[in-house]
Amino acid sequence: MQNLIKNDAVTEDAWRLIRSEDESYDAAEDVILPLAAWLAVDPAARSGQAAPWLAPDADLSLLRPVLAQLPLIAIDFPAFTDGRGYSLARLLRERYGYQGELRAIGDVQRDQLAYLARVGFTVFAIRDDRPAEAALDGLRDFSDQYQATVLQPEPLFKRRTQR
Amino acid sequence: MYKYDEVDHRLVRERVEQFRDQTRRYLAGELSEDEFRPLRLMNGLYVQRHAPMLRVAIPYGHLSSTQLRKLSHIARTYDRGYGHLTTRQNIQFNWPALERVPDILAELAEVEMHAIQTSGNCVRNTTTDAFAGVAADEYLDGRAYCEIIRQWSTLHPEFAYLPRKFKIAVSGSADDRAATQVHDIGLHVVKNDAGEVGFKVIVGGGLGRTPLVGKTIREFLPTRHLLTYLDAVLRVYNRFGRRDNKYKARIKILVQAMTPEAFAAKVEDEWAHLKDGPATLRDEDVAHYASFFTDPAYEQLAANPEAFTVPLVSDAAFAKWVARNTRSHKQTGYRSVVLSLKKTGVPPGDITAEQMDAAADWADRFGFGELRVAHEQNLILPDVKESDLYEVWQLARQHGFATPNVGLLTDIICCPGGDFCSLANARSIPVAEAIQLKFDNLDYLFDLGDIDCNFSGCMNACGHHHIGNIGILGVDKNGEEWYQITLGGSQGNHTAIGKVIGPSFAQADVPLAFEKIMNLYVEQRLAGERFIETVRRIGLEPFKERVYAKSH
Ligand code: HEM
Ligand code: SF4
Repeated sequence: MQNLIKNDAVTEDAWRLIRSEDESYDAAEDVILPLAAWLAVDPAARSGQAAPWLAPDADLSLLRPVLAQLPLIAIDFPAFTDGRGYSLARLLRERYGYQGELRAIGDVQRDQLAYLARVGFTVFAIRDDRPAEAALDGLRDFSDQYQATVLQPEPLFKRRTQR
Repeated sequence: MYKYDEVDHRLVRERVEQFRDQTRRYLAGELSEDEFRPLRLMNGLYVQRHAPMLRVAIPYGHLSSTQLRKLSHIARTYDRGYGHLTTRQNIQFNWPALERVPDILAELAEVEMHAIQTSGNCVRNTTTDAFAGVAADEYLDGRAYCEIIRQWSTLHPEFAYLPRKFKIAVSGSADDRAATQVHDIGLHVVKNDAGEVGFKVIVGGGLGRTPLVGKTIREFLPTRHLLTYLDAVLRVYNRFGRRDNKYKARIKILVQAMTPEAFAAKVEDEWAHLKDGPATLRDEDVAHYASFFTDPAYEQLAANPEAFTVPLVSDAAFAKWVARNTRSHKQTGYRSVVLSLKKTGVPPGDITAEQMDAAADWADRFGFGELRVAHEQNLILPDVKESDLYEVWQLARQHGFATPNVGLLTDIICCPGGDFCSLANARSIPVAEAIQLKFDNLDYLFDLGDIDCNFSGCMNACGHHHIGNIGILGVDKNGEEWYQITLGGSQGNHTAIGKVIGPSFAQADVPLAFEKIMNLYVEQRLAGERFIETVRRIGLEPFKERVYAKSH
């Protein structure tokens, strides 16, 4: 998972994405696990960190009790035309107050980044066959927005009438 | 009319540049066909039978003369000298070159226009009554809310990749002229008993393969909650709408599967968390948008000046036109003029660059520089003095704009069909023309009176055939074009889905079937009874018998 954009730059980190529950990994590795596998992890049995990735139809209530301690949540985009992850992100940020890293994984490409950032994603795992460098520009497509979402909680109509 | 400020301008320009880069990457092979498709669709670009088709947004059907001149320039420079007005108050260009679309968009941006979200699985152009703000029967002007919704939906980060397209319509008049009950969301601007303004919210209407009339999920939503409530509806749909089958992906299927009550409850749950949040509209916000939709400088005029009443008596053709193609106005001494784009032999809704320029000039000369696009695919001059009508009529006649058939059988709502659209089962344009030719006797046409005739080339229902009093649907029978006829559909306050009368017809037999249906109507109608009323009263059976009777 080394095609990452974070803090407006292409970067690398130690998290390894585990796609299937059958995939093996070391106790010392920092891993992003399918939600069900993550729920079953025994923290005492490992030294590395573990975080969950959510399918677009994930039930967020399972995470609520532990949100405050989570360093990272990933949301999967099985296809870039599947927009459910955008709603999950806003819910996690705005309703449940999640403060940690929110990472977009799966079919994540340049043209989604502007919107992903606005609903609260902070890290983008660009699809392997696409250069993350080029995707970076996607974050700069728009300089403002009409709506009230995570990156800009004041809708434009309010900022207008305040002027 | 709404005027862009610096931010509106900037966002539209940024969208143009984003699209320019997307097109470049596609042409350079950096984006695959499959990846480019949703991106171009979200910007109104289809690839049809012959060439790409660009759909340009005309927000809630409002157009300035400057914008219309720009559209005529685009038709001439980048297309074949004409455009096509659609049932969703937009305009389509059928022949632009893909590589030049970014330049077209840049030109549009100069006059505060764009193609953002005119197709694709996102929130589409909001539509409303073409007579909003001028209609005599309007109790509330919904245009400020249309603009508020337009801005909310434009580039909405959460709702750009919905399960399917999403259409919102707003109506503020006694007579619903915006087909709100066949939209994903229909909003009626209403006042409650306390005199407070708000919305009745209808959800889950739509045509296509599964035609359904929308269900009211909230009788009264106070204005300030408009956007938070829309966020809630869209979020429920975005999360739970089906994505496995595109024919079951519209919100209507979700509402039907959950039941309207359960859907409404789910929306209320979601809304409970959003209500009173940052997107809540304050009075000053609404006032800001309403300030763009004030009355123009109407003159205080007496009704029925001689310049109007004299030719009305002396010139029967003018009188016919006034009767059909003008509408009463809230301001005494004014009327709204419908420039008919339903001339026989011209595809319904097609408008030439010359016609655009002419209409723009009339809007400046006789009105306040504004025009409207009606969802019946006609162009409207909203504010014309009665004393100018005779001159406007003569000019309109010279430009092929004055066919006095608005609301009559030949004012056919029609999709592009097989001549242009790759999804079509059958052509629509030549059949519409054959019907218009069959009913070319004006006196007879007037005698038949109000009849909505709607035509779609396939079950996607772009021509709204289900809600035509008489509807035609192109069907495919072993590779041949056939036509199914429905009766009893209607839009507006009594929205109903029409019923198929029986086996479909070969192309050549459609006009004859129409003739038989109209003959029966004329025989059966009671005094003053409109076609749809007769159909409702006597039912489909007599029509079936007549149309399918073996000829002797
Ligand atoms: C020529 C290219 C066009 C294509 C490929 C196309 C395609 C489609 C498709 C696939 C649908 C059904 C979507 C669904 O039910 O989910 C649809 C619906 C619709 N289209 Fe088109 N269309 C085209 C042109 C037009 C034009 C020219 C108009 C206006 C005259 C139009 C107006 C509509 C409307 C109003 C609907 C909604 C019907 C409903 O309520 O479900 N379309 N279109
Ligand atoms: S109804 Fe069918 S044929 Fe007509 S424009 Fe729509 S998709 Fe094409």
